[in-house]
Amino acid sequence: MILDEQTFAQLSNGLVYSAIAVYALAMLAYAAETAGRMAGARVAVTGTVVADSPSRSRLPGAFGTSLTVLAFLLNLGGVVTRGLAAGRVPWGNMYEFVLVCALAAGAAYLAFLSRRPVRAFGVWIVAIVLLALGLAVTVLYTPAGALVPVLDSYWLVIHVAAAITGGGVFTVGAVATGLFLVRHRQERRGTAQAPRGRYAASLPTTRTLEQVAHTAHIFAFPIWTFAVIAGAIWAENSWGRYWGWDPKETWAFITWVFYAAHLHAQATAGWRGVRASWFALAGYAAFLFNFFGVNLWITGLHSYAGV
Amino acid sequence: MRTAVILLALLALAAIPGSLFPQRNVASDPAAVIQYTHEHPRLAPWLDRLGMFDVYASPWFAAIYVLLLVSMTGCVLPRSRRLWQSVRSAPPPAPRNLARLEGHRAWETTREPAEIIATAAGHLRRRRFRMVATADEVRAERGYLREVGNLAFHLSLLVLLVGIAAGKLIGFEGRVAVTEGASFANDLSQYDAFSPSAWTDVDDLEPFSFRLEEFDVSYQTSGPNLGQPTEFAARLAYRVEGGEEQTVTVEPNHPLDINETKFFLTGNGYAPVVTVRDGRGKAVFTGPVQFLPLDTSYASDGVIKVPDAQPTQLAFEGLLLPTADVGPQGPYSMFPDTLNPQLFLTAYTGDLGFADGVPQSVFTLDKDELTQVRRNGQPFSQALSVGETMRLPGGQGTLTFDGVSRFANFQIAYDPGKEITLVAAVVLLVGLTTSLALRRRRLWLRVRPTEDGGSLVEVAGYSLTRREPPPEEIADLVAALHGPHHSATASKDASA
Repeated sequence: MILDEQTFAQLSNGLVYSAIAVYALAMLAYAAETAGRMAGARVAVTGTVVADSPSRSRLPGAFGTSLTVLAFLLNLGGVVTRGLAAGRVPWGNMYEFVLVCALAAGAAYLAFLSRRPVRAFGVWIVAIVLLALGLAVTVLYTPAGALVPVLDSYWLVIHVAAAITGGGVFTVGAVATGLFLVRHRQERRGTAQAPRGRYAASLPTTRTLEQVAHTAHIFAFPIWTFAVIAGAIWAENSWGRYWGWDPKETWAFITWVFYAAHLHAQATAGWRGVRASWFALAGYAAFLFNFFGVNLWITGLHSYAGV
Repeated sequence: MRTAVILLALLALAAIPGSLFPQRNVASDPAAVIQYTHEHPRLAPWLDRLGMFDVYASPWFAAIYVLLLVSMTGCVLPRSRRLWQSVRSAPPPAPRNLARLEGHRAWETTREPAEIIATAAGHLRRRRFRMVATADEVRAERGYLREVGNLAFHLSLLVLLVGIAAGKLIGFEGRVAVTEGASFANDLSQYDAFSPSAWTDVDDLEPFSFRLEEFDVSYQTSGPNLGQPTEFAARLAYRVEGGEEQTVTVEPNHPLDINETKFFLTGNGYAPVVTVRDGRGKAVFTGPVQFLPLDTSYASDGVIKVPDAQPTQLAFEGLLLPTADVGPQGPYSMFPDTLNPQLFLTAYTGDLGFADGVPQSVFTLDKDELTQVRRNGQPFSQALSVGETMRLPGGQGTLTFDGVSRFANFQIAYDPGKEITLVAAVVLLVGLTTSLALRRRRLWLRVRPTEDGGSLVEVAGYSLTRREPPPEEIADLVAALHGPHHSATASKDASA
């Protein structure tokens, strides 16, 4: 077999489809783990709610993590072969951007998992990654190829890589924030017996969730800031102005300002915790809209990024 | 801080409409607001009154960010003073009850208090803590740089605004389309569009000129991305006033920079070259005419106006297909390069309306005083390949399609504030990263002599930021003092 661009392109597609299949299995395993944890939590709440309730069996969770690692590696392989097929960095269009963003979210989750008890995130992260990859191969797929001249710049490597990394870590932050809100409601109301409360009671404590969210946000926020600045420098180099309120720039700005509001709210008495969390979720929503909404519905100078 | 949170949220929300409604002075499509007004004649005036077509220059948007900056400055200046004071003063004494602080450890040792204090002081000094040792206490603090970063970040926003303002007050933006072989001199009259700022000195533009020698384009000729461009390159011969002529190639991402006035290649199109003879048989026009590309296949439309034609002025309107083919829905362009260029034209006679002195677009016809040329009652139209001639019925004139030239669109920008903005952005990023990565925290160690000549040692930390102090710092200090490894065994001693 001769390794040419065509082979790499096919290999990349095969690896991405395999990653989707393995992620689907990982989601099943994590779902089984969640069910086990909820059963454990019900036992635990008969007394008081215990921190980080022990699951009845750790096996499905460990299995889910192993599958996630495998799927992550397949995703990585898919990205690398895609780059070899196109002969450039593999983040030149929407399909590739989603592929690499899914990779970044997976990496951020696994990095957190090695330090914190965040396996309860697994089912959500894997679901999001699965959804993203599913959209990528069905709606956004673009055959591998060279870039249009305006994208042919080393700023593409820097600017887009930073945006992707920021987005991946923001994803973990958003999941942690969402679960924090669920868990916080349950802790305040003590509704551990209701089916929804039982799920909440099986989550890590609000303290852990808040710490993970905070770590993710303060890690991703400077990266996002860098992505915006690098984008501005590229824009100056390409269009003659560093800021022109192009829809893509505007939504990057909105994302940044919402996260800035979140960080300020976290340092404000009375806003810390629940209220601050909504700003972080608004920031993540703006990030998602910037990618899907702006690319698909609004025409602007970034439109050549193409579907 | 609550003011800041509310204003930030308002700023984010206020920025949204600008991405949903077309904006004036936003480069992507200058005609978008006009078109929107045409499509929504009743809604548009109201939106306009609310500033929805000019969001980022509107008073309410400015009000939010000005309030934000004022509130920020009011917050940052006192904080700077407090930081200055705390840097100059020693770390504060330990609170009475250390057990309530973070990472509290306590244990008994046979070593004397003075020895413990000396060891702890040495250890913390090596770890670059600011430190004061008294007879029974060591007070240490680290992470002042966090505050410095935080202040630098906030103050850089003010500098950023200065940079932006400089560009908005002195700089300019302009556009011009230049056909191959044609020249451009950097003078106001030569621009197709020019947006000066309040203080732009339009009589003092950088003195230089260039000629577009050649415009090279290549496209992918096979594979899934057939027809996608792979290269745009404009070869210019330029001359700075009083200097030698030089050649340069301008490509996307590679502008021509003449003393901070930059020329960016932002687009291109085709200009069919035609020769028009009037009813007398005299060649009254010859040369390229720019047509505007309609899509990525570079099917382009445009008009050819011939005011010098006699006995009646002539005009032509139509479509250029660079690689013409006929599909089920009629002729179309199957490839953006000029493999089989064809010109599809209809003709008009009458008055072009130049006599009014009202400026006209070169891309549209004012048909009020024009009559469409007809044959047998049908509008007269013809498809021309290169070299072919269209003969108007009744000997009113002819048009010969001589060939196809290209033209290049240039965006010209001068922004003297951008270096200030860049410096501010770098300070912003470094300050932000520093303030988020570093933790400002205090460590205290207290020693009390025991009856048997040993010491009761207590260690605790306190974070001045949201994140807890690094736990290994206390563990390292305890290890340096040969204290116990785990806090669990020690805590019961502390309660004594």
